[in-house]
Amino acid sequence: MLVATLALAAMGLILGAGLGLAARLFAVGDDNPLLKEIEQLLPGSQCGQCGYPGCGPAASALLEGRAAVTCCPPGGVALAEKLAELLGVALDAGQMSAPLLARIDAAQCTGCTRCYRACPTDAIVGANGQIHSVLANACTGCGKCLAACPEDCIGMAAQQPTLDHWRWAKPQAA
Amino acid sequence: MTPDQPACGPFAHDRSTVNRLMLHVCLALLPASLFGLYLFGWPAINLWLLTCAAALLSEAVCLHLLGQPLRRLLDGSALLTGWLLALSLPPWAPWWVGVGGSVFAIGIGKQLYGGIGQNLFNPAMLARVALLIAFPLQMTSWALPHPLGAAGTPDFLDGLRITFAGAAPLDGMSGATALGNLKTQLTLQRSASDILASDFRLLPSLLGYSGGSLGETSTLLLLLGGLWLLALRIVHWEIPLAMLLAVLLPAALAQQIDPLRYPGALYHLSSGGLLLGALFIATDPVTSPVSRVGRLIFGGGCGLLVYLIRTWGNFPEAVAFAVLFMNALSPLIDRTCRPRAYGRNPRGKPLVAASWTRRAKEVDKV
Amino acid sequence: MFNLARIRGGIHPAGHKDRSAALPIGTLALPPRLYLPLLQHAGAENLPLVKVGDRVLKGQLLASSPSELSAPLHAPSSGRIVEVGPIPAPHPSGLQVNGLVIECDGEERWIDLDVPADPFAVAPLILAERVAQAGIVGLGGAIFPAAVKLKQGTRHEIKTVLVNGSECEPYLSTDDRLMRERAEAIVDGARLIQHILRAYSIVIAIEDNKPEALAAMRAASEPFGAIEVVAVPARYPMGSAKQLIQEITGREVPAGGRSTAVGVLVHNVGTVYAIQQALRHGRPLISRVVTVAGSCVTSPRNLETLIGTPAQALFDACGGLAREPRQLMLGGPMMGVQLPSAGVPLIKGATGLLALAAHELPQREAAPCIRCARCVDACPMGLTPLQMAAHARVDDFDGASDYGLSDCILCGCCAYVCPSHIPLVQYFQYAMGQQDERRNAARKNDYIKQLSEARTARLAAEEAARKAAKAAKAQQRKPARPVGEASGAAPIPESIPEPVAERISESVQP
Repeated sequence: MLVATLALAAMGLILGAGLGLAARLFAVGDDNPLLKEIEQLLPGSQCGQCGYPGCGPAASALLEGRAAVTCCPPGGVALAEKLAELLGVALDAGQMSAPLLARIDAAQCTGCTRCYRACPTDAIVGANGQIHSVLANACTGCGKCLAACPEDCIGMAAQQPTLDHWRWAKPQAA
Repeated sequence: MTPDQPACGPFAHDRSTVNRLMLHVCLALLPASLFGLYLFGWPAINLWLLTCAAALLSEAVCLHLLGQPLRRLLDGSALLTGWLLALSLPPWAPWWVGVGGSVFAIGIGKQLYGGIGQNLFNPAMLARVALLIAFPLQMTSWALPHPLGAAGTPDFLDGLRITFAGAAPLDGMSGATALGNLKTQLTLQRSASDILASDFRLLPSLLGYSGGSLGETSTLLLLLGGLWLLALRIVHWEIPLAMLLAVLLPAALAQQIDPLRYPGALYHLSSGGLLLGALFIATDPVTSPVSRVGRLIFGGGCGLLVYLIRTWGNFPEAVAFAVLFMNALSPLIDRTCRPRAYGRNPRGKPLVAASWTRRAKEVDKV
Repeated sequence: MFNLARIRGGIHPAGHKDRSAALPIGTLALPPRLYLPLLQHAGAENLPLVKVGDRVLKGQLLASSPSELSAPLHAPSSGRIVEVGPIPAPHPSGLQVNGLVIECDGEERWIDLDVPADPFAVAPLILAERVAQAGIVGLGGAIFPAAVKLKQGTRHEIKTVLVNGSECEPYLSTDDRLMRERAEAIVDGARLIQHILRAYSIVIAIEDNKPEALAAMRAASEPFGAIEVVAVPARYPMGSAKQLIQEITGREVPAGGRSTAVGVLVHNVGTVYAIQQALRHGRPLISRVVTVAGSCVTSPRNLETLIGTPAQALFDACGGLAREPRQLMLGGPMMGVQLPSAGVPLIKGATGLLALAAHELPQREAAPCIRCARCVDACPMGLTPLQMAAHARVDDFDGASDYGLSDCILCGCCAYVCPSHIPLVQYFQYAMGQQDERRNAARKNDYIKQLSEARTARLAAEEAARKAAKAAKAQQRKPARPVGEASGAAPIPESIPEPVAERISESVQP
C-alpha cells in the first residue's frame, strides 16, 4: 500500500515536472509564427474584400477563428485549401463564390486615370485621356476602382466562360 | 459551366455488369453445391435455402433502412454471400445458425462498413468465424454423407425436424471431418501415416464422399467451377495458385521430413475448405488486393496461414481465419504493392532517358 | 486470349469499321460558309490577320501567332470574310470560340503557291519551317503542331521515324483509307521526315486488322530501303504514341519525357501525308479526311473535308441521317467528345464524325466499385484507376496523382471494362481540371502579391522622392518664392510602369 502510494506520488511529480518544463521550453510567444505564415499566403493587396481593413488584420482574424478560410475571394479555392490545411479546419469549397472582375465600359470611359491610381495591383492599364482596360489576370475584384470612377463606368462581372476556363464537372456520385 | 453537363467518354463498353460477375460465380459454385445437397440430403437443402433467403432479406432490409434503391439487391452480391456462407456450414446445422449467420454477414460484415465494395472482411467468412466462436458445438457437428435416396437417409420430414426442431441426429449419422479426426488422433500419440492409412481414403475425399461443410467436400467439382471462372477471367489466377502452393509445398516438405507427424500435400488439398477457399473465397475482389504482386502475396499469405493453423493451431480448419487475417492486411498490401507505371521504375521515379543529344553543333550550323 | 502484344493491358472493342472502310474517300460539295476557330492546335490562339469584308484566296494565310507553339490558319477556299468573332465550338461545353467565317465564292481560286524544288536538296530546318508555315498539326487527334515536333527532333538523335497507322479507335477508318489510296505520298512524306530528322530508319506500324493498307504500304515502300512496314496486333490503345513505341521498340518513354528520349519520333499517317503535300506542292493544311460513321448515318464513308465545314454538310454527303441520333461525336467513341449540335465546324483535329444510336452507347448508371481490378488489368499505363477515382471523388487530387493521375493518357480502357459503369475518365478529367484551376489560382495569387508589393514599394519611393524634393525646395525657399509646388503631388506616369509592360508581354506568350 505504502509502496503503491509512493510510486504514484513519484510518478505524479515526474510527469508534473515534465509538463512544466515542456510549457517553458515550447512556449508560444506573442509573435505567432503561424500568423506570419498566413500573411505570406494572403495576396497582400489589402483589397478589403474579406471585410477586414487589410491582409494583416485578416490574417489575425483567420488565426483567431473569426474569419472563415474562404474569406479571400482573390485567393480562390487554392488559397482556401492551403489555409484550411494550415489551420487544420474543414473546408467547404461550395462556399466559394466565383471571383468577380472589374470591367470598364469603353463607351463611357474618359481616361481620367483615377481608377488606375486606385487599383492596388496595377491591374488597369491606360494613359491620360485614353480608354483604360482591365487586365483579367491581375484583377482581384476588390472593387476599389468602382468607387474611384467619376463616370460610374466600371462594373463587376464574373469572368466570361471560355474554353480555357471550362472544366469537367465531378460525376454524380454513385 | 452549363447546367446540364455533357456526357464524358468513353462511349463504348464491354457490357459487363456486377450482376453478371456475381451470377457467374454462383453458376461456378453450382456443381459442387448440388453435389453437397445430394450428399447431405434434406437438412442440407433446407439450410442452403434458408441461408440464401436470409441473406437476400437482410440485404433488402438494410438497403431500405439506408435509403438506397432496392434495385441494388439485383447485383447478386447478397445471394453470393449467403450461398458461400451456406457452403461453409455443417450441413445439418439448425436453421438459426444459417439465418443468424446471414444476418450477421450482411448486416455487420457488409452493410455496416458501407455496403457493397466497402467491407474490409469477407462477410461470409466473418459470419462463419462468429458462429464458430459463439456456437462451437453446432458448428462442429458434422453429418456423415447420407445421399438422397440411400437407405437410412432422413426423409423430407426428418429433414425439417433436424433443421427446425434441432432433433439430434441418430447415432452413427455424424462423425468427425478428416481434419478434425487427424487432430484428435494425433493427440492420442498415433502417427499421421497410421491415422491416414486407417481413416483416410484419397479417392472418396477427392470426389467429395466424406464428412465436412456443405459445399467443401468435392474437390473435383470445385476445381471444375474454379477453372471455368479462371478461363472467363472473372477471378484472377494469382490468388488460387499462390494459396494452393503455399499449402501444398510446406505440406510436401514436412511430410518428407517427418511422415509420422505430418500428412502430405494431397491430403491437405482434398480435405477441408482449402479449394473452396482458394477458388471462391479468397478471390473475393472486394477484400483482396488489386495488383498482381499484391494478389500473389495475399494468396501466399492465406495459404501459409492455413498450413500453420492446420498443423500447429488449435482449430482443425483454418481457411476462414487465414482469409480474414489477410483481408485485414490487404489495404496495406494495396498501398505498398502497386503495379509499375509505364515510363517509371518500380519505385515510381521516371525512367532515365537515354542521352540522344549528339549533333547539337551540327544542327546549329544549319 | 493471351497478350501477344508487348503493350500492357488494353482492350478489344468492337471495330464497326467495315462499312466506312469499304468505300473510297469521297469528296464534299463546297459548303456556303466555312467556320474557322482560331485555335485548332495545342498552344497559343492565333491572331486574325484579316478583317470583315476582306477577299481571301484559297490557301491564303488568315491568322497566326507569334508564339513558337502554334500553327497558322489558312483559307480552305476562296471567298469573303463575313465575320470575325465568336463562333460555335466543336466542344462538349457548347461554348463559343473566337473564329473567322468565310463566305465561299465557289471559284476555289488558289493563292500563288510557292512550289519548292526538290525538297531533299533543302536544309532540314528550312523544311521544318515550311511545315510550320503550312499550319500542320497532329491529325491523329493530338493536334500538337507538327513542326514543333520536327524542330525538337532535329536536336536529338532520332533512330526511328515511326509512322502511326494503327488507328485503334472503333468506327474510324481515315488512316486505313488514306494508306490504301495514297500510299506513295505517305511513303514520300515519311522519307521527307526522315530527311529532316536525319533518322536512320522508318517504321510504318499498321494494325493487323487492315490487310489492304498493309499490302498497299508494303508495295509503296518496296523501292526504298530502310522502310519497314510492321503489322502490330489490333488492340486498343495501340495507336497511342507511347504504346506504339513500346510495341515497336520494346522501350518505354520516361514519365514526363518525350518520345525523342528513346530516339523515336511518331507521326500519324494523316500528318505525314499533310507534310508531304506541304513540302512537295506547297499546300497548307486546309482539308483532311474525316470518317463519317455510326448506325444513324445512311451510308458511312470517309470524306475529304475542308477545315471549317459544318458537321451537317458531312452527314448530308453521306445520304443524311437514317434516324434521329442519340448522340453526335467528334473523334472515336473511346476518346472523342460529344458535340452539342450538327452546326459546329470540323477542325484540323477531327478524325471522325459519329452519329450514334442509343443501342451503341453505354446506358447503365454507375454502381459502387467492387474493386474487381479489371481496370488495373486493362490500364495500358500500369496505373490503378480505381484508387485514382476514389481519391478524385473526395477531392483528394494529390492522392489521385500519387496513384498515377499525371501519367494517365485518358484512353478510357478502365471505364470500358468497369462492371460498375463508374465514369472513371470523367473523374480523371475532373481531377485534372481542378488541379489546373488550383495551379492557375496559385499563380495568379503569387502574381498579385508581386504586383501589390511592387506598387507599395513604388509609392513609398515616390513619397520619399517627394519629401526629398520638398526638403530641397525648403532649402531654396529662403532666397526665392516657391513655384508650382503641386506639380509633384499627383504622379502621373508618362510611360507604362515596369510591371504592366511585363504583363503585356506575358499575355502574348502564355
